[in-house]
Amino acid sequence: MIKCEKELQAKIASCTADLDAKFKGANGKRSIIVCGGTGCLSSDSAAIIEEFEKQIKERGLEDKVSVNKVGCFGFCSQGPFVKIFPEDTLYRTVSVKDVTEIMEKDIMNNEVVEKLLYVDPRTGEKVQKQEDIEFYKKQLRIALHGCGTIDPEKIDEALGDGAYQGIMRALHMTQQEVIDEVLKAGLRGRGGGGFPTGRKWQFALNQQSEEKYVVCNGDEGDPGAFMDRSILEGNPLAVIEGMMIAGYAIGAQNGYFYVRAEYPIAVNRLRAAIKQARELGLLGKNILGTDFSFDVHIRLGAGAFVCGEETALLNSIEGKRGMPRPRPPFPAVKGLWNKPSIINNVETYACVPYILRNGAENFAKYGTEKSKGTKVFALGGKVNNVGLVEIPMGTTLRELIYEIGGGIPDGKKFKAIQTGGPSGGCLTEKDLDTEIDFDNLVALGSMMGSGGAIVMDEDNCMVDVAKFYMEFIYDESCGKCSPCRIGTKRMLEILEKITDGKGTMEDLAELEELAEHVKSNSLCGLGQTAANPIVSTMKQFRDEYIAHIVDKKCPAKICKNLMEYYIEPDKCKKCSLCARQCPVNAISGVVGKEPYVIDQSKCIKCGMCVSSCKFGAIIKR
Amino acid sequence: MAHLSASAVKQIEEIIARYKDERTPLMMILSDIQNEYGYIPLDVQELISEKTGIPVAEIYGVVTFYSFFSLKPKGKYVIGVCLGTACYVKGSQQVIDKFSEILNIKPGETSEDGLFTLDALRCIGACGIAPAITINGKVYPKVAVSQVPGIVEEYRKLGGAN
Repeated sequence: MIKCEKELQAKIASCTADLDAKFKGANGKRSIIVCGGTGCLSSDSAAIIEEFEKQIKERGLEDKVSVNKVGCFGFCSQGPFVKIFPEDTLYRTVSVKDVTEIMEKDIMNNEVVEKLLYVDPRTGEKVQKQEDIEFYKKQLRIALHGCGTIDPEKIDEALGDGAYQGIMRALHMTQQEVIDEVLKAGLRGRGGGGFPTGRKWQFALNQQSEEKYVVCNGDEGDPGAFMDRSILEGNPLAVIEGMMIAGYAIGAQNGYFYVRAEYPIAVNRLRAAIKQARELGLLGKNILGTDFSFDVHIRLGAGAFVCGEETALLNSIEGKRGMPRPRPPFPAVKGLWNKPSIINNVETYACVPYILRNGAENFAKYGTEKSKGTKVFALGGKVNNVGLVEIPMGTTLRELIYEIGGGIPDGKKFKAIQTGGPSGGCLTEKDLDTEIDFDNLVALGSMMGSGGAIVMDEDNCMVDVAKFYMEFIYDESCGKCSPCRIGTKRMLEILEKITDGKGTMEDLAELEELAEHVKSNSLCGLGQTAANPIVSTMKQFRDEYIAHIVDKKCPAKICKNLMEYYIEPDKCKKCSLCARQCPVNAISGVVGKEPYVIDQSKCIKCGMCVSSCKFGAIIKR
Repeated sequence: MAHLSASAVKQIEEIIARYKDERTPLMMILSDIQNEYGYIPLDVQELISEKTGIPVAEIYGVVTFYSFFSLKPKGKYVIGVCLGTACYVKGSQQVIDKFSEILNIKPGETSEDGLFTLDALRCIGACGIAPAITINGKVYPKVAVSQVPGIVEEYRKLGGAN
């Protein structure tokens, strides 16, 4: 048990020295770290760790070499990652069978395993260190601090890496001073809306109540966004510390995590961190011998996207159907169990310890005039470097896509980047030099959202994209208010009509009208933003809608009723491979004699024939 | 409570007791029952109501609101086949058909021995390893139709329906 600040300082000093020794290789020791994020784990990184452990033991190297799992490296398309210290050599796409080579060459003979190094696709050169890889060059890790460097299940490593220095400083300040510091830093909510965090805290501080709550929204539901999961998996103590600082600032003694049940690894690591913090007395009564007492509890979601909406989330914690409440009263006045509460998302809390530890000015020096600090994006879709990136606000979309993301694969043409998930919109070529911040994205008709960034190329149909998001929202609408419940259904029906080739120009007008009604009359954010993907694609890609409606053509050849597969007779080698692959026997011909032909009335447009043809004879038209 | 065995009643009471010090523990109780029994039938809801004082109507409302809770039993092994676009074009329809054929159940159903539930999933975000399936959360990459019988056999050997 740590009973006072002096004891914690001593503990931190020894943890820092240990961590430092690990990375610098004191006494000739080597250490191996392996990515243990969800993505790499599904590529068997746990087996890689086991194999390292086994070989270290077999070779009698236990005193000389250590192996640890760490949180997400972010560069998911190149995972699993293994890093060797003190040389700081980064190996990518490592598999279990590579372990022997790494042990024999690198660990035993100090020889780099060249074939596992990252190759810069533009220069063809091998890169040994993470910081020299283009993907990482423009990144800055504040919210992701510790992810990919420390073992998330060892509190000592977190303490050696700066944890608890923020709360220690806060405990010497008044509640108002802490809030002023967060305001000065210009921190805005990372969950989507971008509301100033300090102001939210101020409202809750101003409420007179014996009982107040700090709630962490870990119900990250946008398809394609996984930054909150990675933070919880990579450095859970940072989020706990952020909540403690918030608790101190508003006068709360309890914090609640609401985490998706779909994130079992994050939940386990969070549990481990809470247990260790309690054992050390870093959570609980009279922390560090002060009057401040704070503990945190975990509640799991049960598969309802709407629970990411703050009042629906509160209802869910209270054991009710996850339906939103009308606001006002806002949660800062009447929140969890009707007590003043603040709700921030995982990434927001993860930024707070940095601000208190390093000072507001060191956070506010990054970013644009009104959006300070950094933002984590989950970069995905048609981009070479898929992964998690944290960039200073004010970085341009072009830098994000072409420098960090490495551009569009297969020489295809960039079409749009979708931000803000089902509540956001699409940005196009003309927007690429815009500096990313909360207000700029809104001005362009999209939003920051939780940070999903899906890149689309010329092969994506924007009507289809709008339909995809509307299907999602329709499915997830809780049904409490009719504009959202009925409106999303009607909008989806119209989009289906258009992608089926049965749309009319009147449908477009009706979509616009419906979108406006659903936006202005829905109870919560889910409904109010539900039409955004439609509004934004209709604005940016109206010609595509018209092509579907008037020409009955899908320009990207995605909408199945508006395209067909066709075998070019002069290219067909009459091999019959496609006919054998076809699940519905729609292809006929004679081996070696007659070119094969697709019967369009039978074809289900699954595309199996295209991938089976070795001669590129089958096209979409 | 006619349908619940004495041992089931005891276990459910035990789950409820786990959270006796928690405020509004309904979601936690339901999650544990769902995880341990695979479903939350009406007589279990009645028992929860009796023990906690929460009206059955409210419990039923919560159970039917969240997609993780189920009124019907799920199999010991829940096989989810991704039918997202990327998986579909790489043949996941044939994969799910094969599971259907071997297990003799349609998507959404549970096999008679209570061992398997087959679910069709929307995109699980594993497009790089399409077609992907999950069995009780474990992701299997690039599943070929020819692998399906072996996968089913592997779990049959693990066996043991609750």
